[in-house]
Amino acid sequence: MQVSRSSLSLEQAPPISVPFRFFITAPIFGLLAALLLLAYGPAILTNRWAPATLALTHLITLGFLGMIMCGAMMQMLPVLAGSPVPKVKPVATAVHSLLTIGTLALVSGFLSGITGLFHLALTALGLGFLIFIVAISMALIRIRTPNATIHGMRLAVASLATTVILGLTVGAGFSGMTSLSQLIPLTDIHLGWGILGWIGILVVGVAYQVVPMFQLTPEYPQKLTGPLNWVLFATLIIWAPLYLAWGGGQLPKWVPDTWILLPAVGYALFAGTTLWLQQKRRRRVSDITLLFWRTGMILIAACLLLWLTSFIPAAKNQPALPLLMGIWLLFGIATSVTNGMLYKIVPFLAWFHLQNRQVALMSMGKVKVPNMKELMPDRLAQRQLYAHLATLLLLTLAPFWPNPFTYIAGLSLGASCILLLLNILQAVRRYQQVNQALSDFESSR
Amino acid sequence: MPKITDVMSADHKRCDELFAKAEDAVSNGDWESGATAFRDFHDATEQHFSMEEAVLFPAVEQSTGMTSGPTQVMRMEHMQMRQLLADMDESVTEKNQEKYLGLSETLIMVMQQHNTKEEQIVYIMADQSLREKAADVLTQMGINQPQ
Repeated sequence: MQVSRSSLSLEQAPPISVPFRFFITAPIFGLLAALLLLAYGPAILTNRWAPATLALTHLITLGFLGMIMCGAMMQMLPVLAGSPVPKVKPVATAVHSLLTIGTLALVSGFLSGITGLFHLALTALGLGFLIFIVAISMALIRIRTPNATIHGMRLAVASLATTVILGLTVGAGFSGMTSLSQLIPLTDIHLGWGILGWIGILVVGVAYQVVPMFQLTPEYPQKLTGPLNWVLFATLIIWAPLYLAWGGGQLPKWVPDTWILLPAVGYALFAGTTLWLQQKRRRRVSDITLLFWRTGMILIAACLLLWLTSFIPAAKNQPALPLLMGIWLLFGIATSVTNGMLYKIVPFLAWFHLQNRQVALMSMGKVKVPNMKELMPDRLAQRQLYAHLATLLLLTLAPFWPNPFTYIAGLSLGASCILLLLNILQAVRRYQQVNQALSDFESSR
Repeated sequence: MPKITDVMSADHKRCDELFAKAEDAVSNGDWESGATAFRDFHDATEQHFSMEEAVLFPAVEQSTGMTSGPTQVMRMEHMQMRQLLADMDESVTEKNQEKYLGLSETLIMVMQQHNTKEEQIVYIMADQSLREKAADVLTQMGINQPQ
């Protein structure tokens, strides 16, 4: 990670409001997803193409995951790579509001079928992601000697661009704005790039930095970090035309389905390595983020096994399995990992901003800055972890026994998201109290 | 020729080990070995900071002509960490486990980011700008160089 020398300043971290608005919004969208589960009940988990199911999926992908990933990236680039996002305040405001409006419009569009809402959704999401991708790419391009994490971020952003373009295309097709001959294969390619590209490659790239950092594990072996990102990306590039060829009747389905085993094995290798490194960690204290990550890594292996079962003839026509796959990928892996990251990022940022201000004001000994665990007490994080794990278990059962598990999972998801929101908000409140004390100190001088 | 990057990065690892040992003992409520391990960690870290501040950073500043660049940021981060270390010291005296673990969680986040910056920017700058003087600088820091 070579950083340009002039950029090593502490002041380059964006204002705390930049990432926090994304982090606060995410659990609210998660709560909306829970309400959808309760409102629509078992019907929402019977067919992945049902409009309400698509609404639910996008509340999680755009509303929860997208918010956290976009917010965290804007924060992390200057900190991890010394390359700040240009015009970060207006960019964050535009991206956050456009993605919020776009997600709400898309979800209401799916639920109501009103074409105007799709127009609004596609415009807002297209514009929001365009601004995000351009701004973040400018920061990523400036890094002259990128390491594996930066390569991962670049490939992840390229995957996001692909996902968004495909999403806009199928969105226009779904709402009847244009006619598309291959709506179903294109939708699958959209979600393939979203999950295995944007989410997956970003998680892998970020893990290279944060897993050794948080738990003092050995570094990831370079034999893995060097090629993995590129292999994952390249297999997706080849998979897309194979899948379209199946859609057009030129190839049997097993060809793209077998091909996708390549990135799946790549991810399983990554998950196995991460669990192995975490096993060898030098920091032995229990850690909430570690537990969230372990959950995600175990579920990566489970997804690979689940994919393999889809080759068994008896499992082919079992509609619960694709739903379970979606639940494990989006909730079991992606939500676990991002949710766990918040328990490091949120208290650290709050501490970091307060501490910098304290030093700048030379108010050490006058105003006490709380440490990370005072900003985010373990017991609060642990309570939410349990709610999250319970939700994961209930959501795993729901595709097989939609009634009553859809309802119970909905309640559990709601509880988990409320707890996450409250945890973040109490850290924000603590931050504001101390920040106010620092302001009082400043004006009293 | 020994490289500053290698020698100083190895010292970071040594401090990490001591950090983990102290945290482990404190989290098990073993204040006797916890206090000793923390003392070892505190001393090793302070020694590392002093070597950098007294010898390495001035040498780098002199050879690059940059006095307000990365080395200055590193000094500020040392100050941040010293404050956390002082608070940890207090928590050891008070045998306040919760306080210690909250501070150690905070310290490790700062320390790891700081070490990464040093290993990937500052030490590389040092090796590039000091060249043959690197061995002298290591000797001045009191580091026995493997032949």
